[in-house]
Amino acid sequence: MLSLTLKTLEPTMQYLLLIYGNESAMKTATEADRNAMFAAYGDFTAGIVKSGHMVAGDALQPASTATTVRVREGKTLTTDGPFAETKEQLGGYYLVEAKDLDEAIKIAARIPGARVGSIEVRPVMILPPDYPRPARRA
Amino acid sequence: MNLDAQTVARVFAEERGRILATLIRVLGDFDLAEDALAAAFEAALHQWPGEGEPEKPRAWLIRTARNKAIDDIRRSLVVDRKRDEIQSAMAPEHAFVPAPDDADEPAVGDDLLRLIFTCCHPSLAVDAQVALTLRTLGGLSTEEIARAFLVPTITMAQRLVRAKQKIRTARIPYQVPDESDLPERLSTVMAVIYLVFNEAYAATSGDTLVRKSLGTEAIRLGRLLCDLMHLMPQRSGPRGLLALMLLQDSRRNARVTPDGDLVVLDDQDRRLWDQEQIHEGLSLLDETLRAAPADTYALQAAIAAIHARAGHADDTDWGQIVALYARLFTISPSPIVMLNHAVAVAMSDGPAAGLRLLDQLNVSGALAGYHLLPAARADLLRRLDRRVDAVAAYREALALVGNEADRRFLQRRLAELDPPRA
Repeated sequence: MLSLTLKTLEPTMQYLLLIYGNESAMKTATEADRNAMFAAYGDFTAGIVKSGHMVAGDALQPASTATTVRVREGKTLTTDGPFAETKEQLGGYYLVEAKDLDEAIKIAARIPGARVGSIEVRPVMILPPDYPRPARRA
Repeated sequence: MNLDAQTVARVFAEERGRILATLIRVLGDFDLAEDALAAAFEAALHQWPGEGEPEKPRAWLIRTARNKAIDDIRRSLVVDRKRDEIQSAMAPEHAFVPAPDDADEPAVGDDLLRLIFTCCHPSLAVDAQVALTLRTLGGLSTEEIARAFLVPTITMAQRLVRAKQKIRTARIPYQVPDESDLPERLSTVMAVIYLVFNEAYAATSGDTLVRKSLGTEAIRLGRLLCDLMHLMPQRSGPRGLLALMLLQDSRRNARVTPDGDLVVLDDQDRRLWDQEQIHEGLSLLDETLRAAPADTYALQAAIAAIHARAGHADDTDWGQIVALYARLFTISPSPIVMLNHAVAVAMSDGPAAGLRLLDQLNVSGALAGYHLLPAARADLLRRLDRRVDAVAAYREALALVGNEADRRFLQRRLAELDPPRA
């Protein structure tokens, strides 16, 4: 007799890997350290492009350039700085395709920033197929 | 009829974890598997009395549960389709996929290991790991787990719901970790089991019966992990953990009086120690130490073994215990290990030597707020006949102590030194 399983047909899920790090420590890093970090990110990115895991990814300008926007009673309120002042700031992200959390964690652990800061791994919510979305970025 | 209900209950107690482990793999969902299992046991209660116990009860239950789950899903898909458009839009995702045929006796060990590693996944909070392990692998109800950990049942239920939600939503895989992750993941599993075991002895008020069942449950889980070891050759850790739990638990009947008062190791009636457990613990420890360098569990088991081997408190080889604590400190440098080391030094080289170490620890402030440090100082001061200092230290310990058995013990000692005036 055939056994039946209730499993999703989707072979993979998307995970957003948020890269947090201490900006002030990065500012005081030597030129050589910064170059090494840049090269390491280049290698890592090339690696996950090649393996087919990468969907998107970017580095962000420092938190000092951030603006926080809220709309209250119809009025737009803007304040300087990130939403939350924390010791580690959001510095970049990767959007990856992985078969499960363990694979996403393994990818996150290879991000160069994981060695000095932290990576938050967030599963991306699955929305109905007819939900509006842009054409996928190449 | 009554006898048949007992048969079902026995099969339930013995097989629940295994069946659940397989059902979670087959159905791909914890809640679905739990509901299906409950339905299958209900069916067994109805059918076995008339038809007799099936030849392979476990296979019968798995088959019945699986069929029930599939019926339920079919029905809910039909009912939900109109009501919930999003759900129906996602229907392809919930389609039935024929899986390779499972034999009726699948590799049960593999499923149990998958379940253990999923419940103890490091991306779940430790309290969720503990709750999920006890609920799915142990035979404990949500209410029992709540009582054991002194939280309201609703809180424990929510904790379990959130953990299962995370497994589903973040897609924590139902698999045994690969070789490169195994050492770390195995140590998470062992930590959960030992945490359950320690909770049984933490004796911070609460239901003593439930706590006792936590101890039994931890040993059962430790045994299960050892039984599954043939699937993970070259890993001796779980045997050391089981040895440690068996050796510590062997003193269970000697460590409290019938009134619930704590009896310290020196004063325990060693005839009450469970020799069968000691024997098993010692031989497991032997195997572990031969197989690999000792980890923290094996070293603690080795310390417990020295106590277990001493027929009388005076026969204890304290010199060796001191050496073992020193080794333990090199791999697990915690102030608690320092405290135990200092107490062992006091037994081996005299109270003055131990007190010097305790005073250093006291000054460091690393154990500030922990009642056992002033309690240990008080004991050594008492043995050095420094009555006034001892009384002060006992008072300090009493101000910090949380559990009733320890409080009564400290009060007794204090009363001996400083009898309350009538």
